[in-house]
Amino acid sequence: MDLVIVDYKAGNVQSVQFALERLGVQATLSSDAETIKAADKVIFPGVGQAASAMGQLKSRNLDKLLPTLEQPFFGVCLGMQLLCRHSEEGDTDLLNIIPLPVKHFETDLKVPHMGWNQLEGLQSPLFNGINEKEYVYYVHSYYVPVSEFTIAQTSYPEPFSAALQYKNFYAAQFHPEKSGPAGSQILKNFLAL
Amino acid sequence: MLTKRIIPCLDIKDGRTVKGVQFENIRDAGDPVELAKWYAQQGADELVFLDITATNEGRKTFAQLVRDIARHIDIPFTVGGGIGSVADVEVLLQNGADKVSINSSAIKNPQLVEELARHFGSQCVTVAIDTKYTEATGWKVYTRAGTVETEHRTVDWAKQVVGLGAGEILLTSMNNDGTKAGFALDITREVAQAVSVPVIASGGAGRMEHFADAFLKAHADAALAASLFHFRELAIPDLKQYLKQQGVEVRLHQDLHD
Repeated sequence: MDLVIVDYKAGNVQSVQFALERLGVQATLSSDAETIKAADKVIFPGVGQAASAMGQLKSRNLDKLLPTLEQPFFGVCLGMQLLCRHSEEGDTDLLNIIPLPVKHFETDLKVPHMGWNQLEGLQSPLFNGINEKEYVYYVHSYYVPVSEFTIAQTSYPEPFSAALQYKNFYAAQFHPEKSGPAGSQILKNFLAL
Repeated sequence: MLTKRIIPCLDIKDGRTVKGVQFENIRDAGDPVELAKWYAQQGADELVFLDITATNEGRKTFAQLVRDIARHIDIPFTVGGGIGSVADVEVLLQNGADKVSINSSAIKNPQLVEELARHFGSQCVTVAIDTKYTEATGWKVYTRAGTVETEHRTVDWAKQVVGLGAGEILLTSMNNDGTKAGFALDITREVAQAVSVPVIASGGAGRMEHFADAFLKAHADAALAASLFHFRELAIPDLKQYLKQQGVEVRLHQDLHD
């Protein structure tokens, strides 16, 4: 299988690549449109700030390419948020693949939402073998509200989208590559789609 | 529910763990990767690696080590020690670290916190604060491995660095560190209530009750310990079971196998 991790200088690409290696899968890092288009599956990680990440995508013309992809696609953390329409972070227009807003946590709880929290309402093959209330690792200050595209939720304190699916685009707000055995299982499930 | 985090801290010198770590079932307890894997299996929620190497050669070894750790463990980890610039952080993050911790360099140049937050996001910038109480001064911030008193009051400094973009505070009480008499609950509570970001309590853990106090009385979001775990005085699965009984939300995951 030809697996490509989108490398656009705004991601923990190394951690995702290592997690796949632990599953015995070699992935190619690339920002090249042809390479990404030809891949069987694409993983789109991301950490950092939305506006600067969009800038990195635009400078590589990836903002035009990514919405056209038809193979199974997995956005992780900021990589999930970038698939949405607009983020409150820096008032940034995003890729608009999934028509959802990205909002800042307005709560008395600590922000960033950092640490291990539970998945609920699992409804996707992405979560095969994963139990309700399984713990996964989060670190983020912005979130996507629950919507018709939500395939798992987490509460902080209100429910938000832990994962999304729209057509071939899957996405997780948590970090599967840092979520122990449960995270590995979720990556494995994506590879099996 | 978001859980409270238990964080073992490993001191690293020239790529090896220091402090004679005692483990029967680890082939090489001086090997940080072996130790890290074991802690991850035990249910540690995160790990901190503190580089206490003084030489440039040692720093290169540390960057290589960070890569080895990222390759082998599947939980988040923070690295700290001797970080003074955006370039230093870039190397560590590119090698797979999730967060970096800065201490003296933030005192020397507070703008570094802002630069790091802008370049990499607040979520990966932890500011470590060494604090010490005296009757005369109250809780003050110390720098250079806790040897030099600064002009900063601890709570003010914590608020300042969070304002600059720190995403987490690692608060170590020098009065308590090494005493095994418990965390400094008063200053931990004061800082935890003063800032909007998570606070890690550090220094003084000796018994399971101390962790419960840090979470329930001082409202810490995480608690860090070193020798207590390294010398197997306290096992993480036992600690988490205890905390759960005390009403602390912890991650008791499905695979606490050894």
